[in-house]
Amino acid sequence: MKRALLLLRRRLIGSIPVLLIVIVGTFLLLEAAPGDAVDAYVVSTGGDAGMIEALRQRWGLDQSPMTRLATYLWALLHFDLGHSVTFSRPILDVILERLPNTLLLMGSATALSFGLGSALGIVAGAKPGSFRDRFLSIGSLALYAVPGFWLGLVLTVVFSVQLRWFPISGIETIASGKTGLDRALDIGRHLVLPVAALGFIYLALYLRMMRAGMAEAWRQDFVLAAKARGIARPRIVLRHVARNALLPLVTMLGLQSAQMLGGSVVIETVFSVPGLGRLAQEAVASRDTPLLLGIILVSAVLVILINLIVDILYAFLDPRVGASEAAA
Amino acid sequence: MNHVRRFLATPEGMAGGLLLLGFLLVALSAPFFFPRDPLSIAGPALLRPFQDWSLPLGTDRLGRDVLAGIFHGARTSLAVSLAAASASIAVGAIVGTLAGFAGGAVDEVLMRVTDAFQTVPGFLLALAFVSVVGPSLGVVVAAIALSAWTGPARIARAEVLSIRERDYVASARVAGMHPLEIAFREILPNALPPVLALASVIVAQAILVEAALSFLGLGDPNRVTWGGMIAEGRAVLRSAPFLSIIPGIALVLTVLGVYLAGEGAVEASAARRSLA
Repeated sequence: MKRALLLLRRRLIGSIPVLLIVIVGTFLLLEAAPGDAVDAYVVSTGGDAGMIEALRQRWGLDQSPMTRLATYLWALLHFDLGHSVTFSRPILDVILERLPNTLLLMGSATALSFGLGSALGIVAGAKPGSFRDRFLSIGSLALYAVPGFWLGLVLTVVFSVQLRWFPISGIETIASGKTGLDRALDIGRHLVLPVAALGFIYLALYLRMMRAGMAEAWRQDFVLAAKARGIARPRIVLRHVARNALLPLVTMLGLQSAQMLGGSVVIETVFSVPGLGRLAQEAVASRDTPLLLGIILVSAVLVILINLIVDILYAFLDPRVGASEAAA
Repeated sequence: MNHVRRFLATPEGMAGGLLLLGFLLVALSAPFFFPRDPLSIAGPALLRPFQDWSLPLGTDRLGRDVLAGIFHGARTSLAVSLAAASASIAVGAIVGTLAGFAGGAVDEVLMRVTDAFQTVPGFLLALAFVSVVGPSLGVVVAAIALSAWTGPARIARAEVLSIRERDYVASARVAGMHPLEIAFREILPNALPPVLALASVIVAQAILVEAALSFLGLGDPNRVTWGGMIAEGRAVLRSAPFLSIIPGIALVLTVLGVYLAGEGAVEASAARRSLA
């Protein structure tokens, strides 16, 4: 426990400068965007030159860039991401409303690609170089070459338009009045295709990593020792070889989270899932730059948090991690 | 020549090489076979594939030739992915070399910036960049490079750290070479091979990101892109799914070709090492 806490503290401190750089970066992009918050406000409400001047003064937009950056940081410290003109609501509220859907989509897709990917990786790595191994390795590469949004459209054509097995879009049936288990099943049915589209693409990463790790482990002495002791082959594959290859895959979970978040933009757009990714697309379409940058900031925080959780999980799984610090 | 033969001897290299050759031929021959503007009207709207042999893959909602779109779209993919991959490898190699060679505070700052870029989902960053600056071919290239330079930077830095202590670097130092000259003339060229090994993955990702940006309407509006064609076809997905499916197949074959060629190259160089 002490190990994990020390690790947590170090990682938290380490992520502060990273987050600061991200904030300065988004601020620079905000500055580079044509027009400012007042322009956007006036476009939607109308107003004369005097009112524009007054608004600029009131929102501090007539100050120097350094002062504005300080104001921006100060606001962020108070969890104030600004105001979305498109939704006429605070940006953070809009984002937090959409976040659960994205987390549900990402979590399910990660479970799919990690579970199926590592299972198939064990099948492939049980006998490196066999036909089965080559077939799975090349097949997963082909899957990795598929653009997510296109896979989504193809799945829609086959399973929603032709077979009518799954709904075409949305996260649940609108105004169905369903509650409890019924509602959960309804959401599940809506999520099958988006989760498949997002999860199948990243399956290759886990499969190939598992396979490579196992090919490496086969060459180790402890596997030879296990064979010499006459342990049955399935047991060697699972307990000795696969087990050793599994640990690096856990790190991959964290590294993949940023890519999954990016991938969910197109998937949520294709399936009209009201999540963070679709919100980003809506922000682009309505030229709501502050909202878009708010989404980027929240995603960065999310990625940092996911990596933190993965690190701690890793420390629990591998007693060597952080042991030296706990001893010190 | 031995390299090429060894590369083609692996099944991956052969298949990837053929797919890439096809892609290159399609991209380069587009102005020859389809000299007309691919965005112009070529026939009746929504003609199905294999009906009229002057328009073999049919036409879209506005009567534009789908095959001409595929050919000219390949050009856009080729240009964007090569430019973006070169830019991200160049930027990554320079940043990585500086960080690894200078060490200390410079290294710390550059690596925290790299961390920050890796923390932000690359696709969101590209999306924000294009939407702020405005879609054009150059901006799309810059946006992709912005989200892809971190991998090369990390690998270059790790390489430089191991090369930095070698004898020839020490002798260059003793000979009184300027540190920057040592970094970029002695160290960087030797650190490049492992960075270039990333090229296939970066090119493949660049093609996919370009397609996704165009799909969301953030591609160069004056060019045909495969992602844009898929988005176009989406409006008639129920009645004419081929409009979305055909450009997608072109994308999959191209990206798969790049990945397979990369695998083949890795296997070929492994074979060479085991021979030596």
